[in-house]
Amino acid sequence: MQATHKSSRILQPVRPWFIVFSLFLALLLNMLPTRQWLFMPDWVLLTLCFWHVREWRKVGMGWAFTLGLAMDVADGAALGQHALAYVLAAYGAMTLSRRMLWFPLSLQALHVLPLMLLAQAIQLLIRSMAGGDFPGWGQFIAPLIATLLWGPLSLLLLLPQYQPVERDENRPI
Amino acid sequence: MAALDHAPPPFFKRGPAPLALLSFYVAFAVALFVLDLRFHALDALRQAISLGVDPLQRLAQAPLRMLAEGSEYFVALETLENENRALKAAQLEAAPDLLRLAQLEAENERLRRLLDLQARDKAVGRAARILYTARDPFSRRVYLDKGQQQNLVPGQPVIDEKGIVGQVTRVFPFSAEVTLITDKQQAVPVQILRTGQRSVVFGLGNGQVELKYIPANADVQVGDLLVTSGLDGIYLPGFPVAQVAHVERDSAYAFARIVATPTAAVEHHGVVMVLDPHPPQAPHPEPLPEKSGQKTKSAASTRKH
Repeated sequence: MQATHKSSRILQPVRPWFIVFSLFLALLLNMLPTRQWLFMPDWVLLTLCFWHVREWRKVGMGWAFTLGLAMDVADGAALGQHALAYVLAAYGAMTLSRRMLWFPLSLQALHVLPLMLLAQAIQLLIRSMAGGDFPGWGQFIAPLIATLLWGPLSLLLLLPQYQPVERDENRPI
Repeated sequence: MAALDHAPPPFFKRGPAPLALLSFYVAFAVALFVLDLRFHALDALRQAISLGVDPLQRLAQAPLRMLAEGSEYFVALETLENENRALKAAQLEAAPDLLRLAQLEAENERLRRLLDLQARDKAVGRAARILYTARDPFSRRVYLDKGQQQNLVPGQPVIDEKGIVGQVTRVFPFSAEVTLITDKQQAVPVQILRTGQRSVVFGLGNGQVELKYIPANADVQVGDLLVTSGLDGIYLPGFPVAQVAHVERDSAYAFARIVATPTAAVEHHGVVMVLDPHPPQAPHPEPLPEKSGQKTKSAASTRKH
């Protein structure tokens, strides 16, 4: 489970409060008034995908659904719009997680791209059914930027789990 | 074979299979948005969730608000003086009209009474501040800092100092959602001030509105002011809505394509006025005469608002 590509360092177990804290921060980031910039990535979606890849035993799809409902209300979107997109992306991340963790971060990001595009496309589909404006093709830049952010975000979110490097002659790992 | 049917005891508790969970959540989400979009039946749920989300949103907006207000505090004296001078000039310019407004209103009321017309409604409202813009790129909406606690109801018109901004569409306990007139799903009945021709403007979604269903040969010019006609019973008549910016007459189409720019600062943050709702009027002004005298009396009194 913890086999990362680069090192055989064993990570500390994740602290549950850190998962909650990071998702909370992502929610706050999403609520910043950044609507004018279509290229802003969906922070909640990205963080959810990260935790679903890393800790799919701890972070279930219910989290994705609940956070999706919160985003729906915050955005004034149709109820269920974000929830559906997040749940599908979360399922995809869970299914991919066993495969993804064997790759380096750059290739992991390539796995994330279709998930982000899928979530964006679902939201576009639902809103065009409901008769919303078409916000322009700029919205498909957001998944690309989210993909680029996968690497830095992974390193940042794994930071509390890294162990101090201590050489012990008796335990060489 | 029977022995194989027994599943081994689970080593790790895992709950339902992921696929089963996924189908459950997908079905739930689809049910939610069908209920929300088709039947508008989930307002209570939305209000309940907003109780949790609203403080978060205010928290997220707080640093920016502080930054904006802080920069206002350190604005140069010269800028303030200039602004003050401009405001005084504008006030002086408006004085001839404003000073006689009370007299004109009184005269208007007297004339209307003489002509036996319905009294003109007075616009009363309360100020509210725009808290934040919805992050949803698919629609044009803003949120106000007043809500159910201040007795706002859906349907109230929202104006600023230059014209109509939009309409309250959803009300939460401590905030209210305003759909701007530039939203694609928003329509305002208007009339052209110069000619009195009535029509409806629809939002285009790009910050402008479109005047629809005007025949290609109609008298519409660039610069014409569109004011509310008051036909819908929601917007009081006479509020400026938009100014015609572009008229395109194509003989291939029956209607002209007329694009107008809102007069109000629709897509900017600031302070707005939420007008009190007035009760909708009966679509047919003359109901059939009823048998009992009391009933007609009460019907007449309800119409006379």
